[in-house]
Formats: sequence, structure tokens, C-alpha cells
Amino acid sequence: MNTTAIRARKKKGGASTGSSFDNLEIFLLHLPTTIWYLIFCYAPMFGVIIAFKNYVPAPGVSFIYNLFENCEWSGLQNFKFLFSSSYFQTMMRNTIVYNLIFIVLAIIIPVSLAIMISQLYSKKLAKVCQTMMFLPHFLSWVVVGYFVYAFLATDAGLFNNVAKALGIGNPKHQWYQDVGFWTWFLVFLNVWKGMGYNMVVYMASISGIDAELYEAALIDGASKWQQTVYITLPLLRPIISIMFIMAVGNIFRSDFGLFYQATRNSGALVTITQTIDVYIYKALLENPNINLSSAASLLQSVFGCITIVVANKVVKKIDPNAGLF
Amino acid sequence: MAKKQQDAALKYSRVSPTANVIFSLIFILLALLCFLPALLVCIVSFSSEASVLHKGYSFFPDAWSIDSYAYLARQADYVGRAFLNSIGITVVGTCFGLILCSTMGYALSRPNYRLRGFFTWFVFIPMLFSGGLVASYMINAQVLGLKNTYWVLILPICCSSFYIIIMRTFFQTTVPDAIIESAKIDGARQIRIFVQIVLPISLPAIATIGLFYTFAYWNDWMMAKYYLNSNAQNLFPLQYVLISLESNIDFLTRNQQFMGPGEASNIPSETIRMAMVMVGVIPIACSYPFFQKYFISGLTIGAVKG
Repeated sequence: MNTTAIRARKKKGGASTGSSFDNLEIFLLHLPTTIWYLIFCYAPMFGVIIAFKNYVPAPGVSFIYNLFENCEWSGLQNFKFLFSSSYFQTMMRNTIVYNLIFIVLAIIIPVSLAIMISQLYSKKLAKVCQTMMFLPHFLSWVVVGYFVYAFLATDAGLFNNVAKALGIGNPKHQWYQDVGFWTWFLVFLNVWKGMGYNMVVYMASISGIDAELYEAALIDGASKWQQTVYITLPLLRPIISIMFIMAVGNIFRSDFGLFYQATRNSGALVTITQTIDVYIYKALLENPNINLSSAASLLQSVFGCITIVVANKVVKKIDPNAGLF
Repeated sequence: MAKKQQDAALKYSRVSPTANVIFSLIFILLALLCFLPALLVCIVSFSSEASVLHKGYSFFPDAWSIDSYAYLARQADYVGRAFLNSIGITVVGTCFGLILCSTMGYALSRPNYRLRGFFTWFVFIPMLFSGGLVASYMINAQVLGLKNTYWVLILPICCSSFYIIIMRTFFQTTVPDAIIESAKIDGARQIRIFVQIVLPISLPAIATIGLFYTFAYWNDWMMAKYYLNSNAQNLFPLQYVLISLESNIDFLTRNQQFMGPGEASNIPSETIRMAMVMVGVIPIACSYPFFQKYFISGLTIGAVKG
């Protein structure tokens, strides 16, 4: 009797759709998060209309009133100015080319390292190395910037000290003015900081692979290399494609910390460090030009949205299970 | 015979000894590459100022000293304040973030929730498209008036769709629906179910996401760089003090001149810099090896898929 009553109640309200009371309670539970999203994610989405206005700051007037009443529509004027500005090509080139290099390296290097570290005889050594390689991930770019400074400083830096001690090179070399060096050093820094983290992502997937597969391969006489190529890599494909989609979706975003903070915002390096994010920051706060800055900012968002959707489509076409959404 | 077979199996299931030696060497080198810069900065911070002036930054200083740390300790109202700011922001931010993410993650994990489909998109869309930096800046600074407040260092980064999806996946896979249904039959409200049943079961996920937040807040400097003026010095978190260190050392030097004649020249300005960096790094460097396993579990819990 009792159980039937419960079952009946369950059938009526609970199990299939949830009672309206339940729904209300769950809604109230996540109401704060909803409000947060409206304020910090959705309001800025409407804020993009700044890019189509000729925005003039007016102190003492509320921002919204000023934007809608005082500032006139400028159509695509801001974008036209942006495209014709001399920075535009540089910043697009830097952002995209560096990201392409980063994407390729952030897959090849960590995947190979993860496969290699899982082969080490000594598990203790593997653990210690992994922990040490994870360290840079936990440091902010500000701190990394000081690490770099300890090596590259002109007067006291370790590189110049060694040059002086060995008598080779120029002991007064201005590393922060050396574009040729930084072109590749930026790549190195990015790999250095992300290597440990990405390696761990792939290691986690490798350790999840069913050991029986390798046993079966062993019985068939497959060598270690063959096992890697025919078992490990194919099974890593879903996680690799997810990491790839996310990286491609961010192809118009650059790591502000890397390009601005680690280079100490050196003026001599601007030809390689001027990325979209650095430009937006500078045009927003250093020498304000809100019109161009907001246009660049909107372009970045729109391009980013398009690339992530396209990348997901392409990956899904190749492998229907591999998409991110 | 059996032994021989096992040996043969082992031979195929492992890489060759030569390969093992090469791999080991590669990993030792990489580990040193990641660790030595930190060691260098640490050694410089413990070097004597004279050694740095004479030899530059070096792994083998002429003389050791803790002057720089003693100096920082004397600047407690500036450095200590920054340290407390960082701790406060980290603690409050982590708590807020966990509340926001876990409640939404729970709601999205309930198959019976009627608005589930709508809010899944609501959370997912910001992952694809955002208003961009300028629009966010205008909203935060001009409309909400958050400039030069503690809130601006906490609120704009305290929720993330990514963490919500990780939470949702975790709730879906580890909190059995039967528990929640039976609690409902016993007359528990959703809030009570969430706080007293779901959260305790989900401590591993909460701990992991909490760690992500802790490190993110401790390391954050961008919010301070965007939204704090140079005269809001009492709000500076540690990372931002590091950024403005160049001018700050001058500031400290000037301050010192009022304290006593002759003392100003004794300021170990070269080593202070690195000592400050160590103050920012040490809490992390000491704690992350212990939390590493949560991080790794966090990477795997989600198996993030929209």
C-alpha cells in the first residue's frame, strides 16, 4: 500500500518533469549565478555597440545616457580606421602566426613527452620530473617576467655574466632590444610554461587506456613503436581534437601576460609583441582611443566565435565523436 | 620456460634500456629547465647586495645575506598589506566562485529541471562569444563603478562556464538520482538536498575547482592592472606590487630617507626585487606538489563535453 502510494506520487509529479515547486527552488538556487552571467557576460555583449558609435567620454554623465544620447552612430567608421591603421596588419600577423606555432607545438611536444614519460622504467623519476615540469604552470606571467629578467638583464643578468666570464659575445648585450632573439624566445616561453600542464592532460588519458589492448598487441608481436602508433595515438585522438578545437577557437586571442608582461613592454620589440590583446589594452588605457579599441575588441570576439564553430564542425566531420559540442 | 616468456613479454612491453636512458636524460634536463630559474631567483634573493653589484645575478654568490627579507619585514605596512590583500581576495573569491559554480552545475545536472535546456545554453553561449575587453571594461568601470574597489578584483572573474560544466558532469556521474528522489520523498527541499546531500558527496570536485580558483586568484594581476589606479595603493594585491616594483623601490628608498641618516644607502634594492618575487612564489611552490593530484583528477573528472 505504502509503496504504491509513493510510486503513484512519483509518477504524478516527481520523476518525469519535476513539480513546479521543485523547479522554482532549483531556479532560486542558481539565481545568483544567473544574475552574475547577466551582468558580467551578457551586458558586455550589448556593450559592443560602442564599436559602432563615436564614443566621447563625458565625465559626470551616466555612461549609458552618454552612449545613447550624446554619442552619434558612426556605422563602420571605427572599423575603417582600424583597418587602415598601420598597426592592424602587424597585430593580426603576430596574433595568428604565433598562435599557429603555439597550437602545433602545444600538441606535438606534450603528446610525445606524455608517451615518453609513461615509458620510463623508474616511476619515481617520472613523478619527480612531472612535478618539476608542472611548476611554471602555477606561476603568473609577472613572476615569470622576473625569472626572465634574472637571465636577460643587461647589467646583472646571468646571460651577460656568463658571456663576460667566458669572454664570448657581447657582455653588455641589450637582450630586451633584440628582436631576433625574442622572436623565438616568445615561442620558447610559451612552450616552457604550458608543457607540464599539457603533458599531464595527455598522461591522464594514456593511463586510462585499457591495458588489455597492449597485451593483445604483445601477443601479436607488436613492437613498442607499433603499439604507440596503432594503439596510443588513435586512442588519444578525441582529447587531442578537443584541445585542438579550444586552441583554434582562441586563435585571435593572445596571452597578454606573455606578450606584454614577460617582455617588460619593451618598445624595441613592438613589431613582434603587438598582438590584438596588447593593442586593445594600449588603446584602452595607455593612449586612449576607445573607438579603435572597441572595434578591435569586437572583431576579436566575432572572429573567435566563427573560428571555434568552424573548427568544431571540421573536427566533427572527420570524427563524429570528437567534437566539443 | 614461463620465466623466459615473461622476460620476452617484458622486453616488448617496455622500451629498450638505451631508449630509457635517453628518455630519462631528456626529462631530467626538462625538469631542470623548469626548476633552475626559480632556484636562481631564490639564490639571488638570499645573496648579499655587494655580491649582486659585483658579480651580477649568479648561482654562486660571494656572500649570503637575508638583508632583503629583513628589509621587507620592516616595510610591513606596505608589503604585509599587499600579502593580506592577496590572501583576502583569494579566500573570498574562491568561496564566491564555488557557490556560483556549484549551484548552477547542480541545476544543470538535474534531469527533471524544466529550464535545464535553456540554462545550459545560457551558460554555454559565453564560451563562444564574449563582449570583449572594452565592453566589459566599460560595464565594470563606468556602469557598475567598480574601479578602485576590492570587488573589481573578485567579481568579474569569479564564475566560469568551464568550471560549471565540470561540476555538472561530476554531479551527473557521481550523485545517483535515487538519493535525491528518496530525499524528496522524505520531504527535503531542494536547497537542503543540495547543501546536506549533494555537496558532501561532491567534496572531491569542490576541492579541485576550489584549487583552480585559489591559484587563479593568487596569480591574478590583470584585474589590478586594468582597474586600479596608482593612488589606490592600499588595494594592491601582491602580484600587482611586483609589477609596479620599479617605481615602488624608489618609493621605499625615499621613505627610508626619513628614517635615519645613512640608512638609505644600505637598501638592498637589487635583492629586494627578487625577495618580493619569492614572497609571491613560495606559497604556491610549497603547496602545489601536494595538490597536484587534485589538479590531475580535475582534468579527468570533467571529460568536458558540452
